[in-house]
Amino acid sequence: MKRNAVPLVAILAAAALIGLLVYGVASHGENRTLDDAVSKGQRPAAPDRALPVLGGDGQRSLASYRGKPVILNFWASWCTPCRLEAPLLEHAQKRLQAKGGTVLGVTYRDASPDSQDFVRKFNVTYPSLRDVSGQLAKAYGTRALPETFVIDGQGHVAAIQRGAVSKQFLDQALNAVGV
Amino acid sequence: MARRALIALLAALALLAPATAFAAPAPRTTLPDVEDEVMCVLCGTALNVADSSQADRERAFIEAEIAKGKTKAQVKQALVGEYGPQVLGTPEGGGFDWAAWVVPSAVVLALLGGLIFLVPRWRRRSSTMDPAAATPAPASPALSAADARRLEEDLARYDR
Repeated sequence: MKRNAVPLVAILAAAALIGLLVYGVASHGENRTLDDAVSKGQRPAAPDRALPVLGGDGQRSLASYRGKPVILNFWASWCTPCRLEAPLLEHAQKRLQAKGGTVLGVTYRDASPDSQDFVRKFNVTYPSLRDVSGQLAKAYGTRALPETFVIDGQGHVAAIQRGAVSKQFLDQALNAVGV
Repeated sequence: MARRALIALLAALALLAPATAFAAPAPRTTLPDVEDEVMCVLCGTALNVADSSQADRERAFIEAEIAKGKTKAQVKQALVGEYGPQVLGTPEGGGFDWAAWVVPSAVVLALLGGLIFLVPRWRRRSSTMDPAAATPAPASPALSAADARRLEEDLARYDR
């Protein structure tokens, strides 16, 4: 009986490790909760966190813009497509400002001096927050940059673009939130 | 009198020696000292083996912090402030990440437990083994008279 116990314990331990591995892979999988809801025509609540302002003092969150449409854009200075879409977002900022809204950048895995160089180089006028812990990006299921979320005045996600935005996407999304 | 003065001088030197040792500057932090303990946040590899523009930016950041006279701990703290806790490459402590700490510890404990359990049994088994029970190596068959004669002849031929 005792002789049989050792292989049994070894098999159970191996099974537990494999189970843990499967759970780990499954739990670290892609978070597509927002995408699934938006693709069904729903408007899920936009995740929010208070984050430090890039190049400024204090913290700000989406709640600071409640009642106004917001284009939330995750970016970083090392991200090449972010450079290409910066002029389009700047153009969208002009339209949003007229309605009291804003483009709100969120830097991801980027040192603030590098982010500020990007802001200067591409004449970015909209505010950006620093998601140092990556918790906001995680809540939005962000895995690669750039990613853009169009949020209506009630704080709900109306449109999602994973990858660089196009003028067509921005026009449609801004129309959808009444801009 | 001179002897007393000499003793006083030696005592003063003995008291000052540790103070001067403490006043010596701490060893300067170096880039290799830091970069093998942090990650390239985009490459997902240790910074000392990473080869990308992001890794170069992180290295430049570390060198700038070292130039400010910061210690290794302070440089790592500054890195966390800019790139987040993932730059340290350690599990963040939430959810599944606990497994990264628990599983290796559990494996080591299980191996130690196994050794504690098995080693006395192996020793008991080896000490109770009967030497007489060991199987003797098979003896080589005896040569027949004809074979012995032929072997002698062959050896004699080789000697010639």
